[in-house]
Amino acid sequence: MAHSTNIDPNTPLEYQSEIGKLNIFGFWVFLGAEVALFATIFATFFALESGTVGGPLPSEVFDLKNTIIMTLLLLISSFTSGISINELRRRNVKGMMVWLIITLFFGAGFLYMEITEFLHLIHEGAAMGTNAYWSSFYLLTGTHGLHVSLGILWIILVMFQVKRQGLNPDTAKKLFVSSLYWHFLDFVWIFVFTSVYLLGMVG
Amino acid sequence: MFNKFKPYLIVLISLVSLFFIIIFSSGSEMIILDPKGPVGALQKDLIMLSIYYMLGIMVVVLSFFTVILLKYRSSKKDSDYKPEMHGSTKLEIIWTLIPVLIVIALSIPNTKALYELREAPKATAHKDPIVIHATAADWKWIFSYPEEGIETVNYINVPEDHPILFKVTAADSMASFWVPQLGGQIYGMPGMVNDLYLQADEPGTYDGRNSNFTGEGMTHQKFDFVALEEEKYREWVKDSQENEPKLTEETYEKLMLPDTVDKMTFSSTHLAFVDHGKNSEYAMAIREKYGVEASSHGADKDAESSHGNHGDHGDMEDHDNHEDHDGMKDHEDHEEEHKDHENNEGHEH
Amino acid sequence: MFDFIKDNLILNDPLILGANISIVFTVIGIVATLTYFKKWKWLWNDWITSVDHKKIGIMYIIAALIMLFRGGVDALLMRAQLTVPNNEFLSSQHYNEIFTTHGTIMILFMAMPFLLGLMNVIVPLQIGARDVAFPFLNNLSFWSFMFGAILFNMSFVFGGSPDAGWTNYAPLAIEGSPGPGINYYLLGLQISGIGTLLTGINFVVTIIKMRAPGMTLLRMPMFTWTTLITAFIIVFAFPILTVTLALMTFDRLFGTHFFTLTAGGNPMLWSNLFWLWGHPEVYIVILPAFGIFSEIIATFARKTLFGYKSMIISLVAISGLSFVVWVHHFFTMGGSAAVNSVFSISTMAIAIPTGIKIFNWLGTLYKGRIEFTVAMMWSVAFIPTFLIGGVTGVMLGMAAADFQYHNNYFLVAHFHYTLIAGVVFACFAGLVYWYPKMFGHKMNERIGKWAFWFFSIGFNVCFLPQFVLGFSGMPRRVYTYGPEDGWMALNVISSVGAFGMGVGFMIIVYNVYYSYRFAKRELSGDAWDGRTLEWATSSAIPPHYNFAHVPEVKSADAFYYMKQERKESGKPEKVEYKPIHMPSNAGTPFIMSGLFFVGGFGLVFELWWMAILALIGIFGCMAYRSLFSHKQDAGYYVSVEEIEKTENPYKREA
Repeated sequence: MAHSTNIDPNTPLEYQSEIGKLNIFGFWVFLGAEVALFATIFATFFALESGTVGGPLPSEVFDLKNTIIMTLLLLISSFTSGISINELRRRNVKGMMVWLIITLFFGAGFLYMEITEFLHLIHEGAAMGTNAYWSSFYLLTGTHGLHVSLGILWIILVMFQVKRQGLNPDTAKKLFVSSLYWHFLDFVWIFVFTSVYLLGMVG
Repeated sequence: MFNKFKPYLIVLISLVSLFFIIIFSSGSEMIILDPKGPVGALQKDLIMLSIYYMLGIMVVVLSFFTVILLKYRSSKKDSDYKPEMHGSTKLEIIWTLIPVLIVIALSIPNTKALYELREAPKATAHKDPIVIHATAADWKWIFSYPEEGIETVNYINVPEDHPILFKVTAADSMASFWVPQLGGQIYGMPGMVNDLYLQADEPGTYDGRNSNFTGEGMTHQKFDFVALEEEKYREWVKDSQENEPKLTEETYEKLMLPDTVDKMTFSSTHLAFVDHGKNSEYAMAIREKYGVEASSHGADKDAESSHGNHGDHGDMEDHDNHEDHDGMKDHEDHEEEHKDHENNEGHEH
Repeated sequence: MFDFIKDNLILNDPLILGANISIVFTVIGIVATLTYFKKWKWLWNDWITSVDHKKIGIMYIIAALIMLFRGGVDALLMRAQLTVPNNEFLSSQHYNEIFTTHGTIMILFMAMPFLLGLMNVIVPLQIGARDVAFPFLNNLSFWSFMFGAILFNMSFVFGGSPDAGWTNYAPLAIEGSPGPGINYYLLGLQISGIGTLLTGINFVVTIIKMRAPGMTLLRMPMFTWTTLITAFIIVFAFPILTVTLALMTFDRLFGTHFFTLTAGGNPMLWSNLFWLWGHPEVYIVILPAFGIFSEIIATFARKTLFGYKSMIISLVAISGLSFVVWVHHFFTMGGSAAVNSVFSISTMAIAIPTGIKIFNWLGTLYKGRIEFTVAMMWSVAFIPTFLIGGVTGVMLGMAAADFQYHNNYFLVAHFHYTLIAGVVFACFAGLVYWYPKMFGHKMNERIGKWAFWFFSIGFNVCFLPQFVLGFSGMPRRVYTYGPEDGWMALNVISSVGAFGMGVGFMIIVYNVYYSYRFAKRELSGDAWDGRTLEWATSSAIPPHYNFAHVPEVKSADAFYYMKQERKESGKPEKVEYKPIHMPSNAGTPFIMSGLFFVGGFGLVFELWWMAILALIGIFGCMAYRSLFSHKQDAGYYVSVEEIEKTENPYKREA
């Protein structure tokens, strides 16, 4: 665990410590594992897609308008997360916090709409235990939603730490890693939106 | 020098003798290498081919291995010693290419055999196969002869030298239909049907088993594959059709409960009640109707031996996890409907 | 609550009751000893909260040896039951629980921790690093493994063990198995799996980012290479297991329909998902074994490893192919001829890079000066024995023939030949080889040889007959058979062999004790005239910071060439030390893993309040870690004085 000396001030803050570099690289590896995780969940979804007996068809109960708004919210939140990192590069703590809060709002909005959608679906007779299709639906969207919820809590914790300790290589690393996570979730959502909702309306 | 090697030689000779003792052990016939039908014979040829190749590989590798160990052991003072040898591209190519060729040499007959096994045996291609539905239900085998209108439990009678097309499925667990002396196995699963051709060239009784683990009674989930002379077979069919009782739905429902049973014969098939190849929920619905668990284990179970649960099904333990969930209520209602639907239809397969 | 305990505590089986009582006495004994010798603080500070990779590795290995004992007892019980026909020693139910726990324990709680333990102790030393990239996470990996294993292991005395085989197929494992047994399997493996995944990430980062200067990838020792590739396989394969276990957990506990017989569920999906993880898993255990053999064979043939580059290429080929062969575990499930053909070919293809490795090992022995130490004997015996496992694997890979081998004793013999000759021999070899590095003295060679002969001969006597049993039509997982089957003679021979293996294991255990008491203590870090950096430490057991000076690497077999250079140049070592920064201990992972255990237990018995409380606690630990990581990761400095004191008493002249 050597300490770095003679750091080029142009190096992004999160890469200025040994631990920072290791953590960021390690997180990319972790994202590789997450890809494997979601790939398995997608495979399950596609394998069980035809198990729709005993429950409503997706095309009967999906509200695509709702889903498009959700998608936009998440996409925007990913964008604002990028802006917050840009503010981090400019060492502008206040700006960064503002954009992070906006990110969280959009993320929370996404979650809110997803939860209301779930409640609506259950009301229409599409619960997790209804049939194989709906079990996989909730598995995929639910796992994603759970990741988003954890992400929101995580970013709040990080923001709190920035407030307390200020901006340093350690907190910068945490901001960067949590933003990587957030982008990843958005990336996964594109596939969810396409495979589940778009294809579900057509199939 | 010989003294030093005595322990190693003793071990080597013992292992080789052990090998031969094993191969020629009496009481144990390697029935897979002694098939009594064309399907098993095809597989045996493939097996022997692979054994020859593998023995060849082993002889080569073991020879090199033995020579190298003997020649380059450190106690031998006058051997060649090249500590910095890094490798040899030429050798790498040779010992990559030869295995590739071997894999190709084995893949071709394997693929051919896979396609051939999908069809009836060539020798009796002119005969129409007898179709038998084989249904595994914990822990018994139920055989339906749709054309003859007979149903048997835990045994089948078939004519010799005649292809039999088994339509293998299951009522509850994933079981594997296997008659080792006649051919390979295939799984039966609820809601699915897998085809398997078997044929016995000569009369005899061949052991059939379930080779996929399905719980407590799996060991006893056996059946007899009996090949009879053509005449005797026809007599048996006629005799069963005329003298054996009809299969009532109640009797059949009892067969859906987990238990081992004796051989039975009926003069009608269960295909009138249910086609397990299409319906995967029937057996579970029956068990729910009778309030039966597949197995009762855990703290209350008596540590007893041999056969599966004959009694003790009254365990109304609160293990049925499904009862408490809203989602499942729909499922249960749906099951009831489904069962009624089956009863009302009563159609032949 | 009293009812809950009464219902689940298993008291009616004499064997289990005996085990219960022994466990209670053992625990009391351990607690009493620790208290009497006032060692609780030492236990907590030096071991439980240690983030030192060497200590964590040793804990893994100790756990693995205990699990080897338990799994071995399971095996002996099984062999006892099968020795004679119609035996009533074990009931069907008991036998089914035993073979399930035997398989699960041996693969997941014995082989994995043994190898992970050796990787933990050795790899950072081999690359000249001071620890792994994420020491805190490393500690968490160990404790989550440990608590997962404890959860799984307590099943046989409380609630009943899982009994659907280590493969746990649906529908048997869902509709066919009410009760807590299967839940133990699902949750125990899930919790342990978290630890393994974290270890995979840890080692990828460690090996890629923390090598000593001058150690390019192509100069790394082979054991480090296999660890790197294995870590990648873990990263991509273990999430599959996570999802698969979670799906069945949901089916069993929350009424979903992934693998159920009803409402569109698909039991075959379990088979596919399980083996999509399961096949890479067996390569996760065999590749480090290959690495261990590469190290030992090169060291005791006194020769460079033959074909280093092609060894690496074959490693990569094996790891890639391991993800595309899974269907060969169920050729008989009704796949089309086309599908079965493709997977036959991919399965047989894996034999090619594996064969390349065997030839390269022979090439390493060729024109070497072979010394038959115990570690070398295990490694040399591996070659012909694993060969049998490998060629029978090719035979099994031919799908049309597999219809006759599947699920019978031919298959059982094959995988025991590859797993025992491959993995277990490697574990024993690695243990003996790296013992001085872990404990400062060697294991006694003479006793070690007795253990080797008993175990390896016993192994062949046990499993060679099983090939013939398979050809005689004996299926696996049957708890008994009839006299008319004609299988008794071979089963008797097999049981004798198993007994021999048991004796071999006991001798190894005795050797641990004997060596502790009587073995000469090593005076240098180089016990065997080794070739790689782990032997370049200043003392037999490395100082906690590993190297006072991070070594500079100029070639593969780094230490070997350093010694050559030293001999030639006779240069004195430089003596200027700088303070070394080391990570501090961590108590959070232990607590968090304990909470995993509590939550897992709650889910096993559907005590939702327990599970939810534990979950909240786990998130609490994670939040705590996030908020205080800057303090926890601050670490401490080892002063120059301390380094000097540690290095000098043991330093030998150049």
